[in-house]
Amino acid sequence: MIDTIVPTALDTEEPAETSATRTPKMTARDIHVFYGDKEALKGVGIDIHDDKVTAFIGPSGCGKSTFLRCLNRMNDTIPAARVTGTIELDGENINSAKMDVVQLRARVGMVFQKPNPFPKSIYENVAYGPRIHGLAQGKQELDAIVEKSLRRAGLWDEAKDRLDESGTALSGGQQQRLCIARAIAVDPEVILMDEPCSALDPIATAKIEELIHELRGRYAIAIVTHNMQQAARVSQRTAFFHLGEMVEYGKTADIFTNPVEQRTQDYITGRYG
Amino acid sequence: MNSVAPTRWTDGSMERLVAKRYAAERRFKFFGLAAVSLSVGFLAFLLITMAWKGAGGFTRTEIKLSLDFPRSDLMLDSAALRGPEAAEAIGAAGLDNVVEQAAVAQFGTNGGELFGGATIRMLGERLVEDPDLLSRRTELWLPASSKADVAGKRDGDPAIERLLANADHRLRFNPTFLTSSDATDASEVGVWGALKGTFLTILVTMLLAFPIGVLSALYLEEFAPRNRWTDLIEVSINNLAAVPSIIFGLLGLAVFLNFMDLPRSAPLVGGLTLALMTMPVIVIAGRNAIKSVPPSIRDAALGVGASKMQVVFHHVLPLALPGILTGTIIGMARALGETAPLLMIGMRAFIAAPPGSIVEPATVLPVQIFLWSDEVDRGFVEKTSAAIIVLLVFMLLMNGLAIYLRNRFEQRW
Repeated sequence: MIDTIVPTALDTEEPAETSATRTPKMTARDIHVFYGDKEALKGVGIDIHDDKVTAFIGPSGCGKSTFLRCLNRMNDTIPAARVTGTIELDGENINSAKMDVVQLRARVGMVFQKPNPFPKSIYENVAYGPRIHGLAQGKQELDAIVEKSLRRAGLWDEAKDRLDESGTALSGGQQQRLCIARAIAVDPEVILMDEPCSALDPIATAKIEELIHELRGRYAIAIVTHNMQQAARVSQRTAFFHLGEMVEYGKTADIFTNPVEQRTQDYITGRYG
Repeated sequence: MNSVAPTRWTDGSMERLVAKRYAAERRFKFFGLAAVSLSVGFLAFLLITMAWKGAGGFTRTEIKLSLDFPRSDLMLDSAALRGPEAAEAIGAAGLDNVVEQAAVAQFGTNGGELFGGATIRMLGERLVEDPDLLSRRTELWLPASSKADVAGKRDGDPAIERLLANADHRLRFNPTFLTSSDATDASEVGVWGALKGTFLTILVTMLLAFPIGVLSALYLEEFAPRNRWTDLIEVSINNLAAVPSIIFGLLGLAVFLNFMDLPRSAPLVGGLTLALMTMPVIVIAGRNAIKSVPPSIRDAALGVGASKMQVVFHHVLPLALPGILTGTIIGMARALGETAPLLMIGMRAFIAAPPGSIVEPATVLPVQIFLWSDEVDRGFVEKTSAAIIVLLVFMLLMNGLAIYLRNRFEQRW
């Protein structure tokens, strides 16, 4: 199907490879996830840097979403799921008893595959997070947070006159940007995106990708995608998953132009997946 | 490999198959339509008979009677009527004798049969309103006795009918049917006491069953771990919803009356018993409504760092509320029409005064209907139908209110 995918988000903006000297925002080491008896992830280790977008690619059922959900402990909600290994956020183990899961999820926000705005007004959707965490003192501050978040999510111009309308009345792409605004309203350090464009048309997808570009640098971003071109376009680091294993992890440019593993080569050239 | 005959879309066999398929579809439609028309027909029959028979219960026969108070042997003076003890003065005055004498004088020896309890009560009220009546000869429209009322509306006792034919009579709206309570005389009965009892009972039921049911449903669905115990609880609740209501009456009798010594015949005990019966229905409906809230909403709330409690009370419960309310309406409607368990806890007593609180003796509409339908006096027949109409209207109003509230909640989201 595709012979070569040329990464467009080339590491040109990344001058002297500073990340070797900087500690990564999140590190995952030897992550195993079990659903009952089934081992869904078999020892994954990845670093997520706060000035880069990290993409997880791989065929369906390869464990990339499972891994993403480990990073803010969303797997806790699945009773049968069991996670081993260490994940650290700024050197702090997120699975330790000291880590409060509610605060963790505020620091590590998430955008889901299907746009899932609350069936409330656009304003309420964005204001909900800051309100439950007590981030705003009074209505004016809250208004300011809502406006800032919607602006960063590129939705302000479309939504400013209809803040009282239901979030579910927006189009699919707008809904997804609303979800991104909702995630950044609580001022997270990391944003996890689980196939954020898979339910959107190409134009809406382009807008979200543009948005990811703009958000890079402000937040560490990890994105799961089925779409290899998208990974090539938006990310600086790519991890290729296959059957619960992480096959290869490296600079996006290297993964797409010069993969080490044969399986990666086969996948990105469309031989399977 | 077996050779398969090529399908001939155009030959006759295919057409016959298609015709059969369409015939099956037409048959199904016909049976569906027949079933619907049958139920609509029965409903219409029920409503029309109810309205036809019950309408008479809301009217009463009134007869014009000339009364000459100054010349009667009434021991009552107008000053006593103006005082605070007017009711007692009238009770002791012997109004029944005055009416009897006047009736005999006007309609012959059996004339007294035209008048009864309702006549005396009405006359007493008129005298309190206007004590000056005592000082002169006057003509008054007074409600007839139950027998005369039946004769005036439909075929009653021929002797009474002849009497009534000579009297000046008319049919009027009967306000006492809505304002008074149970009585021994069919012309005096009303539904107010039973209506108030029903209202208080349902209030107790709702205040207990709704919050407990909804919170149980939330706990079981959102918080409880899945294990053998919760399975056992789930099975028990499903079974509880199917237990015959009379069993709940026995339970109420044993627990609330015999063990806890709560007052007999009181709306409090009735409400408690009906709450036990309604709660499983609300729990089951609530759990289904909670289950149908999309998991993506829970994920979304968890994703911005809401705690489990916040997820449930900010998002899941409001979204499930319309469904929960529907279940509650069904449960409440069932409780509203329930008779059997209330018989067990003594709400079938003859109670002639409306209850002032939830611990005073009371009865409820369905039980009142049951009691009246058991009476020998023919005057109770139409009262029974009229009470059924009141019950149905009460039910419709309650359900209408609940549906209105439900729609309001749905619009907010």
